Amino acid sequence: MKKVDLLNVSKSYDGHHYVIHEISVSIETGEFFVLVGPSGCGKSTMLRMIAGLENISEGEIWIEGRKANHLLPHERDISMVFQNYALFPHLTVEKNIRFGLHTKKISKQEQKRRCQEAAEMLGLTELLDRKPRELSGGQRQRVALARAIVTQSSICLMDEPLSNLDAKLRAKMRSEIRQIQRQLGITMIYVTHDQIEAMTMADRMMVLNKGEIQQIGRPLDIYNRPANTFVASFIGSPPMNLAKVKFEGNVLIFEDGRAFAISEKVSKTVKEKDLLIGIRPEAIRLARNGENALVVTTVNSEILGTETFISFQMANVQWVARWNGQWNIPIGKKIPIIVNEQDIFLFSAKNGQRLYSSPQEKSSFSLEEEILL
Amino acid sequence: MKAETELPVKVEEKEKGRRTLPMFVQGALYLSPSLVLFFIFLFYPMARTIYLSLFLTDGQGEPIRFVGFENFTYLFQSPSFQNSIKATVLFVLYTVPAGILLALFLAIIANEKLKGIGFFRTIFSSTMGMSVAASSVIWMFMYNPAIGLFNQIVQVFGLSETQWLLDPKYALLAVSAATIWMNTGFAFLVLLGGLQNIDQQLYEYAKIAGVGYFYQLRKITLPLLSPTLFFIITVSLINAFQTFGQIDMLTKGGPIETTNVIVYSIYKDAFINHNIGSASAQAVLLFFAILLVTLLQFKIGEKKVHYQ
Repeated sequence: MKKVDLLNVSKSYDGHHYVIHEISVSIETGEFFVLVGPSGCGKSTMLRMIAGLENISEGEIWIEGRKANHLLPHERDISMVFQNYALFPHLTVEKNIRFGLHTKKISKQEQKRRCQEAAEMLGLTELLDRKPRELSGGQRQRVALARAIVTQSSICLMDEPLSNLDAKLRAKMRSEIRQIQRQLGITMIYVTHDQIEAMTMADRMMVLNKGEIQQIGRPLDIYNRPANTFVASFIGSPPMNLAKVKFEGNVLIFEDGRAFAISEKVSKTVKEKDLLIGIRPEAIRLARNGENALVVTTVNSEILGTETFISFQMANVQWVARWNGQWNIPIGKKIPIIVNEQDIFLFSAKNGQRLYSSPQEKSSFSLEEEILL
Repeated sequence: MKAETELPVKVEEKEKGRRTLPMFVQGALYLSPSLVLFFIFLFYPMARTIYLSLFLTDGQGEPIRFVGFENFTYLFQSPSFQNSIKATVLFVLYTVPAGILLALFLAIIANEKLKGIGFFRTIFSSTMGMSVAASSVIWMFMYNPAIGLFNQIVQVFGLSETQWLLDPKYALLAVSAATIWMNTGFAFLVLLGGLQNIDQQLYEYAKIAGVGYFYQLRKITLPLLSPTLFFIITVSLINAFQTFGQIDMLTKGGPIETTNVIVYSIYKDAFINHNIGSASAQAVLLFFAILLVTLLQFKIGEKKVHYQ
């Protein structure tokens, strides 16, 4: 039974300003839990509090049913991978991997065996005699992972471990870390500012901003039902398009006077007048003949090969549409667009909380259904 | 397209026109300011010293007669010079290891993140800002047999007063203690800088791994500090061999020549006895001694240094 529990955990350096405020979360055994948020949101501080490298100002941390507030880092049975790997530059890869194992009363033979095993798992066998400076960024990253594996701790903390790698390697390491975690059944707490990492790796994730929880949930739930405008614009790339609208009768009126009609079903659920409308870029379609479309003027278009991002002006903000395929659209061209009602989100303009999203499941495909069709 | 192909050609022509001076002359021009200074203040005096060490000289320091290595053979047979060698070696042994260990200790305790640690860092490095003359005067007062601090301390313990700077048993130790104090500031500052350069995350990793304080010191701090330690040991050794100021201020080479280190002996021979030939020979010997020690240090010591 390994589990990390945070109860109203807060952190403040001066007693007035909180860098972490009232965080409560339960992390399950064997779960891949991602803390995601923009830089400076307190996610690393939170991880360091779990590791015991930072004091806890208020609240409680429980690890495996033990209160851990005052446990020293090495008493918490955790391993940690740092952003810059924290490899010892003067020790060989093997010594780096075995560093500190003697304190856990592990015999020399067992140390050697575990080191070999971890090295094989990560393809480091050839490199055991090298010094860290003779390794590439990706290899160093692997050494740092191997160090976490040999301790056989059931909880592993990772602080932006991939941010020093190039994009290609990052994608590869993402799936590798995920595989190792599954294989060993480790409880992983992973910090990142990269929403793609969070979406692809997490079993569950916590979106943090300014030290406060914005939302906790499965990646797709968060994507499909963001709790507020922050989550909506943070998760997803390009981010969700947002614009101020006034809600009158059954019509949403944009600041430039354009209107978007909504059905009674939606309008019933909304009580406030000042709203923010949110639409994912992929939900904006080109209107067919005869459809009641909004006509917009393109400002820019980026063709990525498999898809095209089209920017256009909507009231006083720029929106992006994301269409499959390669579209050659000249700048300044007027195009008719349309959005299905089930694809819109409505947020309160006052506090940014979500007021409406379609209750239906979004278009998640499952293999069985597709094959049967 | 046309403009693009033409452009590089033009640039090349321009560069060719500019490159009238050969690379060697260009390089020499850049080096010349420092070469001139080095020549006037280093190479010429050195060559002149070696030249003079092979001559008998008059009171003005003009060479009179070529004597070959006679100055050197005379020196090696002279009990006074042998004593100088002994004093110098002892002085180096007293000051360098103790001074560096003290500075290392202070740097390690001043590297902790505590409130008000800046105050201690300033205090510990403050001796760097004091001239040798000023600090020598302070120590002279402290060693003073009548009013000095040391004799007062000694009296508290019921021991008899000591003539610190006039007793052959204590004079060299007394000068060494003062020297250690004077050199600590610089060594402390350099070592503290070295400690601060060590990645804090390594210590955090060590904390999570659960290794003890002294294990951390031995396996992380000292290896990663080794380039800095190597530097400060080399510089301290060379400095110790060349110490002059505090000896001139505190003991003038006495009593009974126990603090007459080679540099002081050179000074006395050259400017008091006006025996430039002998002084030059001693200077040449000291130069080679320092060179030898430094080379040995690089040969033996550098193997233990971990450059990052």
